[in-house]
Amino acid sequence: MVERPLSPHLQIYRPMLTMMMSIVHRLTGVALYLGTLLVAWWLVAAAMGADAYAFYQAVAGSLFGRIVLIGFTWALLHHMLGGIRHLIWDAGYGFNLPRVEWLARATLTCSVLGTVLVWSLACL
Amino acid sequence: MVQLTLPRNSRPKEGRVWEAPADAKDVRVFRVYRWSPDDEENPHVDSYHVDLASCGPMVLDALIKIKNEMDSTLTFRRSCREGICGSCSMNIDGTNTLACIKNIKDIRGDVKIYPLPHMPIVKDLVPDLTHFYEQYSSIEPWLQTRTDEPSDEWRQSPEEREKIDGHYECILCACCSTSCPSYWWNSERYLGPAALLQAHRWLEDSRDELTDERLDRLEDSFRLYRCHTIMNCAKACPKGLSPAKAIAGIKRKLVDREI
Repeated sequence: MVERPLSPHLQIYRPMLTMMMSIVHRLTGVALYLGTLLVAWWLVAAAMGADAYAFYQAVAGSLFGRIVLIGFTWALLHHMLGGIRHLIWDAGYGFNLPRVEWLARATLTCSVLGTVLVWSLACL
Repeated sequence: MVQLTLPRNSRPKEGRVWEAPADAKDVRVFRVYRWSPDDEENPHVDSYHVDLASCGPMVLDALIKIKNEMDSTLTFRRSCREGICGSCSMNIDGTNTLACIKNIKDIRGDVKIYPLPHMPIVKDLVPDLTHFYEQYSSIEPWLQTRTDEPSDEWRQSPEEREKIDGHYECILCACCSTSCPSYWWNSERYLGPAALLQAHRWLEDSRDELTDERLDRLEDSFRLYRCHTIMNCAKACPKGLSPAKAIAGIKRKLVDREI
């Protein structure tokens, strides 16, 4: 018998906000592991002494360092808000489709606004 | 297992163009997935130029017109043509739905038609649903009781009956399960939205007395917990049901029984 082909899936499925939010939740989860390494580096540098801490500060304060930290802040907020969204679903609420869409948009908006807020406060 | 690309034998190639008759007035292009077990070819996507001026309003009408008037080899399932049998489920314009209740007017540009995603194909738009049906049968979708059978009938109050609304309407068309990325990657072990919605239907049925045993069988990191609330299922369901909500209901019942 001829081997049956597998029908197309990701290649043809229409990308939708909710589906993308699920992938982004997973990606930010992975990013948080890497971000935690940065936090560990910060603490270890502080424990090691002035030179090590100065080096950490130079890297974190550089343009590249700031971009990474802004990304980390957003990933943290986005993943946390995503977690709350999942908690709402786990409790049995928010399943009608307009509400699902609203929750996705709210998560995205709040994570971006939250990041702006945190960094505005940090720069004051 | 997650495999983002298609196996070599499954990658669709550009197929034939079927021109509309010269006197056609309102031509629309239908790009349809084709595969035949009778040759050694890869799947291909044929372009049928259909005259909508002499065609019914739904995508299924166009498929039937193609089969009747242009290419009798085109193969697809259909029966009731009114959204109750679930035979003509397929991927139209990027989402899973029933061809018979999808209006051509609601689609912009070329009408792209593929079989239900990530399934082994029997021919053209016909996927092999054997495994899908086996999963349905694995949840034992029938009334199971311990107490002696009543002399007249198993009674249910209107309130108890209401609890299976949003479940019994399911027509097992497989639109939801085959829209779910978790099901794509783990269909061997994850039951998928359709079977889980049905599982929840029997958990909610006040007459069923084997709730504990049913929950025992569902409590599994793959069978149930591969659901990550992606929501493709609820968005795809042509009957407007929410398998995602039903699955959350099963998860809650498992928590409730622990506390």
